[in-house]
Amino acid sequence: MSEQQVSQDLQGRVALVTGASRGIGRATALELGRRGATVIGTATSESGAQKITEGLQAAGVAGEGMALNVTDAASVETVLKAIAEKYSAPLILVNNAGITKDNLMMRMKEEEWDDVMETNLKSVYRMSKACLRAMTKARWGRIINISSVVATMGNMGQANYCAAKAGMEGFTRSLARELGSRNITVNAVAPGFIATDMTEVLPEEQKEFLVKQVPLGRLGQPEEIAAAVGFLASEPAAYITGETLHVNGGMNMR
Amino acid sequence: MSTIEERVKKIVAEQLGVKEEEIQNSSSFVEDLGADSLDTVELVMALEEEFETEIPDEEAEKITTVQEAVDYVNAHQ
Repeated sequence: MSEQQVSQDLQGRVALVTGASRGIGRATALELGRRGATVIGTATSESGAQKITEGLQAAGVAGEGMALNVTDAASVETVLKAIAEKYSAPLILVNNAGITKDNLMMRMKEEEWDDVMETNLKSVYRMSKACLRAMTKARWGRIINISSVVATMGNMGQANYCAAKAGMEGFTRSLARELGSRNITVNAVAPGFIATDMTEVLPEEQKEFLVKQVPLGRLGQPEEIAAAVGFLASEPAAYITGETLHVNGGMNMR
Repeated sequence: MSTIEERVKKIVAEQLGVKEEEIQNSSSFVEDLGADSLDTVELVMALEEEFETEIPDEEAEKITTVQEAVDYVNAHQ
């Protein structure tokens, strides 16, 4: 991306991005940094956290990577405490961490259902709750949940993933209503098919088929999702809440 | 050292954006001081922080006036 003049309106804010070691999370962490925020990116492993720290440093972004298991309440508490002590409590939260455990319904194991619900949906409850006190006190906050186009379209073999993402969008609207009076906005971004490790594993045939459904005729780039997240975190987006911003090359126009 | 009553009133004033002198012991957070449901939750959390205690939901529901908050803190010190 070329060196453009970018508003530094997130200067002084601490942003927390889960699942930031690669793909959309990584691009989002860098984008928020570019807008002036101090960024804490999380990964499940220490080596992933180290990679995030290096990536932020290389881009001249303040902050660091931290190891966090979003399915573990104790881990969430430890990391939030560490951030508050070293920086200040995050007022921007991007719930991006997610997994897929695809299977046709008739073959889907309970474990595959539960794992996806825990990591993709319950984590959003857990992380949001952990960040809310500081946001209500500050009378300013941004929660941005990374959903998916399949939350509204549905997708074969992804009943668990689609249910979790649709749940996330309902959560987004409820929380937006609860927290509006505290000047906290809660939104979702629903990416279409983006060139990340998550879509890389799909068979070539399926990828070709997918691209045919996209009016713009290509997969999206992680940076194109990050730009939407950056906008929702910014001051000019202050009047947008409870919304799901679709970034999908036109594959799911409504 | 402020009394518990003074500390409670200070928190109520900060949290609900009212003047301390307007707060009576008998003041109801919702009816007299204009608190909404989120305000009352925040108020309880602020009391928990100030007095380093945990107030269970079923107890928190019963704290609707300044006096009830003072009584609760006194009973759980």
